[in-house]
Amino acid sequence: MKNKRANLKKILLKNNLLLYVIIIVVSAILLLFDQLGFVNHLTSGLFVPLCIYSILAVSLNLTVGILGELSLGHAGFMCIGAFFGAFTSVALVGVIDSGFLRFLIALFVATIATAFFGILIGIPVLRLKGDYLAIVTLAFGEIIKNIANILFVGVDANGIHVASSEKTLQLLEGGRIIIAGPQGISGTKNSFASTFFLGVVLLLITLFVILNLINSRSGRAIMSIRDNRIAAESIGINITKYKLMAFSISAAFAGVAGVLYAHNLSALTAQPKNFGYNMSILILVFVVLGGIGNIKGSIIAAIILTALPEYLRFLQEYRMLIYSIVLIIMMLFNWSPKAKVWKEQHSFKILYHRMINKKKIKEEI
Amino acid sequence: MSFLGFLISGLSLGSVYAIMALGYTMVYGIAKMLNFAHGDVIMVGGYVIFTLGNTFGLPPFVSILIAVIICTSLGMLIERVAYKPLRSAPPLAVLITAIGVSYLLQNIALLIFGSNTRIFTSVVDLSTISIANGDLTITGETQVTILACVIIMIALTLFIKRTKPGQAMLAVSEDRGAAELMGVNVNATIALTFAIGSALAAIASALLFSTYTTLTSYSGAMPGIKAFVAAVFGGIGSVPGALLGGLLLGVIENLAKGLISSQVADAIVFGVLILVLLIKPTGILGKKIHEKV
Repeated sequence: MKNKRANLKKILLKNNLLLYVIIIVVSAILLLFDQLGFVNHLTSGLFVPLCIYSILAVSLNLTVGILGELSLGHAGFMCIGAFFGAFTSVALVGVIDSGFLRFLIALFVATIATAFFGILIGIPVLRLKGDYLAIVTLAFGEIIKNIANILFVGVDANGIHVASSEKTLQLLEGGRIIIAGPQGISGTKNSFASTFFLGVVLLLITLFVILNLINSRSGRAIMSIRDNRIAAESIGINITKYKLMAFSISAAFAGVAGVLYAHNLSALTAQPKNFGYNMSILILVFVVLGGIGNIKGSIIAAIILTALPEYLRFLQEYRMLIYSIVLIIMMLFNWSPKAKVWKEQHSFKILYHRMINKKKIKEEI
Repeated sequence: MSFLGFLISGLSLGSVYAIMALGYTMVYGIAKMLNFAHGDVIMVGGYVIFTLGNTFGLPPFVSILIAVIICTSLGMLIERVAYKPLRSAPPLAVLITAIGVSYLLQNIALLIFGSNTRIFTSVVDLSTISIANGDLTITGETQVTILACVIIMIALTLFIKRTKPGQAMLAVSEDRGAAELMGVNVNATIALTFAIGSALAAIASALLFSTYTTLTSYSGAMPGIKAFVAAVFGGIGSVPGALLGGLLLGVIENLAKGLISSQVADAIVFGVLILVLLIKPTGILGKKIHEKV
């Protein structure tokens, strides 16, 4: 028994290692090509967004696939991460010279802050389930976006001031406004931070944490809650604790993606386009296409769905249309009774057996 | 505008929410699913009325009637193609499909009508009433909206209480399995529910866009989500609950918009949803649901 388990662990480890190696090799090749000048501007501009979307998709898959609850507020957590990260990073300009160090501190602050908000929002939200949970996460996402739009934050000798308009900020002489309400944060572009290398490192860290969480005791507890909440509770699993754990870790990595996103822009504003409910749906499309609960699939789907419309310009107009059709078709294909029967009849196993049988019959003749 | 003015325009908006909330609350009560696409059916209704009225110059009454027919067919089509195969699927799959349908409608409308904002011409041709020397004005749209809401509520209540299909809807919402054993055609009842909800959506679109005249392919989504909030607020599955929730939410939103700011108004509406779900998840008039093991 023990031997078997050890074997299983080895296989899992091997699979995950293979994934890391593939990502490292592919990104190393891309980086090399980029250095040699083989890559055009369009492609190199896609490097960081690909990492951002992959991190978002992987982290949302933790909530949707592993915890089994639909969150429509993932962009809200990304927004929190982006604003905390950009604020820290811009506020430290002049205090710390190294751009890289500023980014690291911003990343640290933003991740902690997003995880904290994940717990704060998770406590009420996770008491609900199903459709209600989905709509409440949507509500929280919209509230976060709206608050980010009316928030004014400035820094002066006395410290940080927060207000809802520029006048009430009451900054001292020499103080500066960092978050300017609807204008957001400007000067966030950080060439040290928005590199492909760092993006890949963050993606690998995300994968490492989430894959190890899934294969750990806690991960199994989370999945048992997904499969049968009452049974899980009856064997003594602390439902609230594990749900919160999954939700806040998922939120924290959305925050990481947000930090990367903020530093890749020259100015950060909270718009419906980037932090609204549409963005949450976009991430959900990655998760659904890649397979709910399949972490590797999420990355592949994120890469395909982000890169493809950029290269196929004529698709650009139909991009969202295709996404919506992907959502519907995937669900119908996975769950409708007719599709299930069709899949059973056309599975590889059965097709293989049919082929073998035909050969046998031919040989007999 | 005065406090009373905001209150009355809030009642008008609330009446529209109430009519839209009926679509959500009936579908949720009977099919046990959140029909995300309901808001977008409203958008489709708006475009149909806009096109017929402005391009073909049909009188408002005729264009609303045609919009009702189109929206009803659309609602039933969506139910048949996207939701019916998923009757036995987990709620997550159904919800994702509904989101997909919502997006599909938005993007089809975007491709057909383009991203330009259309200005909707009001379908109401009534003069504004002035009370108290013009301090308080009630527009024709407000009068018609509130009147339409009251008529629809009474008609729907009578339909559910007095007719056989209405009783079938009640039975299916209570216990689908038992209703089926008693000879109720569950699939037909669910289709009927979608048909009624979508027909109401067409009427709601005429009223909504007469007051808020900007029409884009996304203008149905947010009011739709807010109408769902209204349905939850009043108690999901309850017709008077939809009325109460819709009116309260409309008033809250308009007061917040008038007295604070429109950015905050949205946040407050969603705050209401969160509070209701945390304090009384069954809403004001909802029934308590026991979880069975």
